[in-house]
Amino acid sequence: MRLPRFAAATAALPLLALGLAACSSSTPSPAASASASATKAYPKRIVSLSPTATEDLFAVGAGGQVVAVDKDSDYPANAPKTSLDPITPNAEAILKYSPDLVVASADSNGLVAALKKVGVPVLIEPAASTLNDAYTQIEQLGQATGHVGGADSTVATMKSEIAAAVRQAGSKHTDLSYYWELDPTYYSATSSTFIGQIVGLFGLKNIADKVDKAADGGYPQLSSEYIAQSSPSIIFLADTVCCGASAKTVAARPGWSGVEAVKVDDVVPLNDDIASRWGPRLPQLVEAIAAAVEKAPAQ
Amino acid sequence: MSRAARALVVAAVFLIAAALLGALVGAADLSPWGIVATLLDRIPFVHLNTGLSQLDQNILLEIRLPRVVLALLVGGLLAVAGAGYQGVFRNPLVDSGMLGSSAGAGLAATIAIVFLGGLGGLNGAVVPVAAFLGSLAGVAVSLFASGGRRETATLLLSGVAVGMFLTAAQTYLLQRESQDLQQVYSWMLGSMAAASWTQVTEALPYAAVSILILLTYSRRLDVLALGDDEARSLGLNAGRTRLIVIAAASLAAATAVAVSGLIGFVGIVVPHVARRLGGPSYALVLPLSLLIGGGFLGLADTVARTVLSPAELPIGVVTAVVGAPVFVGILRRTQAVRA
Repeated sequence: MRLPRFAAATAALPLLALGLAACSSSTPSPAASASASATKAYPKRIVSLSPTATEDLFAVGAGGQVVAVDKDSDYPANAPKTSLDPITPNAEAILKYSPDLVVASADSNGLVAALKKVGVPVLIEPAASTLNDAYTQIEQLGQATGHVGGADSTVATMKSEIAAAVRQAGSKHTDLSYYWELDPTYYSATSSTFIGQIVGLFGLKNIADKVDKAADGGYPQLSSEYIAQSSPSIIFLADTVCCGASAKTVAARPGWSGVEAVKVDDVVPLNDDIASRWGPRLPQLVEAIAAAVEKAPAQ
Repeated sequence: MSRAARALVVAAVFLIAAALLGALVGAADLSPWGIVATLLDRIPFVHLNTGLSQLDQNILLEIRLPRVVLALLVGGLLAVAGAGYQGVFRNPLVDSGMLGSSAGAGLAATIAIVFLGGLGGLNGAVVPVAAFLGSLAGVAVSLFASGGRRETATLLLSGVAVGMFLTAAQTYLLQRESQDLQQVYSWMLGSMAAASWTQVTEALPYAAVSILILLTYSRRLDVLALGDDEARSLGLNAGRTRLIVIAAASLAAATAVAVSGLIGFVGIVVPHVARRLGGPSYALVLPLSLLIGGGFLGLADTVARTVLSPAELPIGVVTAVVGAPVFVGILRRTQAVRA
């Protein structure tokens, strides 16, 4: 089965896995002791293996402390992109940049254990499952890098921009339904997922909810027939960059010409990257959704 | 009714039943009467009130029906290609994917997915064309590698060697480009999810030519079954016959692979069912394989798109899960008869 781009987000709280031992309540965590003893000795050589964390770090103002980012961290443009692989990280390749902090979205390939041996702390910021998770991660990265003020203002700006977009488009569109396309084989995301909650801010109905099974983890596969019969009012395409989906290719799909979103031309191409990350560019995504909602004719 | 006629009728009924079932069930909830009425309404001079909305009619006529038709076509092609290969090689274990055909298609499709934009590249045309050419190229390289010799063992062995080489190249490529693994694997397991009338009409000419040649040559395969010397004494050029049948079967297999990915077991299981139904003569095994193969894959696709509805099972998984036990069963019964 395909693992959707949003890895099934389980852990809601980020996990701080540091060099020496697991944190416990009795002994102070290495992070706390490090920052306390060295009086705010913040990391100066950060390696980010998560495109979202890279965006977060630069947004809070810690970009100058970042020495290397993985090959998928393509934003902002001045991030020091390398060939590091975020899915199957290689400890030696990471250590080449002599980091004093590594940020990743998952502990894959024995990353934490390997870096623990050489005393390099790893901060895991997993896929956010709620908007608040996304804000918390930005705050945590701000604290870890000495940019609390930058993190606060980043989060405040995001909140106000998102609130403004929702206010303008309205939050009670229960008469409208939508289909969120993750890839051309019709994998979708239900209302319970991070992205589903964001669209849920506008009150839209999700056509994937009805067929969600526990085993799908919120990312069920739909079929062409099912989507056509559900006739969603809006279609969001999160597979434009990867797979070339567009309003035109959707309209050309056999049997879809009568689908409401196609008829009223409310098929919305999104930037796959922004739509699959949980970082500071979320307001752009919310604004794109808001525009689509405003465009949809009232039922 | 002769045994042959009876067998053909049974196979045809199976095909039609599979097609009807495929049209009646699916992820969209359409009333059976509405479906039947819509289908009858398509017949000239028949006008019925179908009771289906325009959208539902589109779903039936543009999404479900092309898929059913494509499954029948691909199943028929794979089965008839498998039967043709089996006749050429006088070996019941040969499949339509032999002689580098599947491996060539697999490598070419992987290259298309990794380097040319994948399943969405150039409006989705890249992978089918690559698979079609790769499949034919795999066979061509196998024939070339056999050094122009036409003995069956040499041909088969060179096909195996070429297949292994191409598969190794594909595996290495995949290992290097692991982000495309999922796309490549879902292609390799086969799917009819993207079926459209365009695909059907594009596949039809190649299908028609290859099927026509194979059916025309089916009697010569019976002669070939007597052995090369015997065939020669009966005035048959064994080498040339083999080459023509291999070419036609490869074209059939390549056409199937292009529109559906790699679907195993149809080409090997169906001809055996055909033999049990109509006897060993290729003059009958080939047309029977065509009909039964179509019905079998039609049913398999119906299973693939309904058990997890609206999600889908890869059709190659269905054919293998059904095909492997059936095949083992046939083998056991065949041995029992001989013993």
